[in-house]
Amino acid sequence: MLEDIDLVIEAGSFVALLGPSGCGKSTLLRFISGLDQPASGSVVLSPEANAQEPGTRTKLGFVFQDAQLLPWRSVLDNVALPLELQGMSRTEARERARGPLAEVELGDVHERFPDQLSGGMRMRVSIARALVTEPSVLLLDEPFAALDELTRQRLDERLRKLWQRRRMTVIFVTHALAEAAFLAERALVMSRRPGRIVLDQRLQLPEERNLDLRTDPDFVAQTALLYGALSRHGGLDDAPIDP
Amino acid sequence: MKHSTLRDFLPSILPPALTFVVVIALWEGVVRAFSVPRFLVPPPSDVLLAAWSERAALFGALLTTAQGAVLGFLLSASVGTTVGLAFSLSRWLERGLYPYALFLQTVPIVAVAPLLVLWFGPGLRAVSVSAFIVSVFPIIANTLAGLRSVDPRLSDLFRLYGAKLGDTVLKLRLPTAIPSMMTGLKVASGLSVIGAIVGEFVAGFSEGSAGLGITVLAAYRQLRTDLLFAAVLLASLLGLLLFALVSSSSTLLLRRLRAPG
Repeated sequence: MLEDIDLVIEAGSFVALLGPSGCGKSTLLRFISGLDQPASGSVVLSPEANAQEPGTRTKLGFVFQDAQLLPWRSVLDNVALPLELQGMSRTEARERARGPLAEVELGDVHERFPDQLSGGMRMRVSIARALVTEPSVLLLDEPFAALDELTRQRLDERLRKLWQRRRMTVIFVTHALAEAAFLAERALVMSRRPGRIVLDQRLQLPEERNLDLRTDPDFVAQTALLYGALSRHGGLDDAPIDP
Repeated sequence: MKHSTLRDFLPSILPPALTFVVVIALWEGVVRAFSVPRFLVPPPSDVLLAAWSERAALFGALLTTAQGAVLGFLLSASVGTTVGLAFSLSRWLERGLYPYALFLQTVPIVAVAPLLVLWFGPGLRAVSVSAFIVSVFPIIANTLAGLRSVDPRLSDLFRLYGAKLGDTVLKLRLPTAIPSMMTGLKVASGLSVIGAIVGEFVAGFSEGSAGLGITVLAAYRQLRTDLLFAAVLLASLLGLLLFALVSSSSTLLLRRLRAPG
């Protein structure tokens, strides 16, 4: 249930999408990815503007909640999977998978299996898998929600650095305020059903962000702003915002 | 790991072994103490003696039955997984044919066995088909359930990258389904022996050697209850053996696939 979503996201920006549970932020992400089609309206991705079928949006990466790795595939084979599905030979796909795996600093565990990794490492494999097709748009659907707070903060830092290196467009769905403020250049806050965008905020924070930022007064002020918007629009009474 | 093998093994093997010894001893004791007629309940020692003196005939019968059961099992494994896969690919096919597949599960096999003799002639072929009919449904049902149990988010992942149907089946659905398929095969392995024995009751007489079902019938007509017991025990052992074979290959395969169970 989404209503009046009129949104332009610049290429290369990092956008956080916040909102109460069930407001439709994941649905919006699925529309953008082409996995689902909206009943009315459209999503235009340039330069592949007319791509409508899922699978034709090859320059798209999607990171799901809970990593979603195939347990019977090694780390390297999991990362190689998207390329295999797009028709690349297994050998070549495995060769290409080494780059993104090194980028998330898991090159040395490429022969292990998902059940031999920690939750944070599995999520890094999942991110490497999304990067393997060199996407120009990376979509993340509450990727770190199931992880403990420390792991989550470390992954936030990694993701931020990754974005700074690659400068792809990132749309990051979360219901954690601090995470949104830490990561993004721009935060969108959605209301409860029917979901609309009630706040579109540029975050005035330094380019280099690390652990110290989380106690910085500017950071706290920006987070408070997001909190205000979320609580005014039904984020507080039916769902925990930041469990 | 190595040190704990025996310690893990003992608790699992000791209680059933003890039960076995106690039951056999009680059985022997009660039958002797109350002078139960031997044609009603022979003491275990008689059963053992009968098995020994008829060992050549029993072994031949065991091989014959095993042949029918294994053939029937292999037939249901290949047909069952294929049909399960076909059902999973087409809702129409499933809706149209599943009720009739269920019919195989509910049909009284003893009543159908004479038909099998008419159609396939007495002997191995009718016996294998009987084993097949009894064991195929659990394989179809479990294969289908397994193929349907794919995590929707993983399906999304495959869709996102435009995976072809073949890739989705080979790289996602089948690996997901294997634990469930193995469960079906395990159930079917035991059932196939039952199907073979029942088949032999009706269709077992042929120019070849007789199976355990025939041994049971013959022993019953001659009131050789000790031999009857021996044949029944052998048939159960055959079922256990088949089950153990399927079960251990399943464990190995699942370990390779890192699946739970």
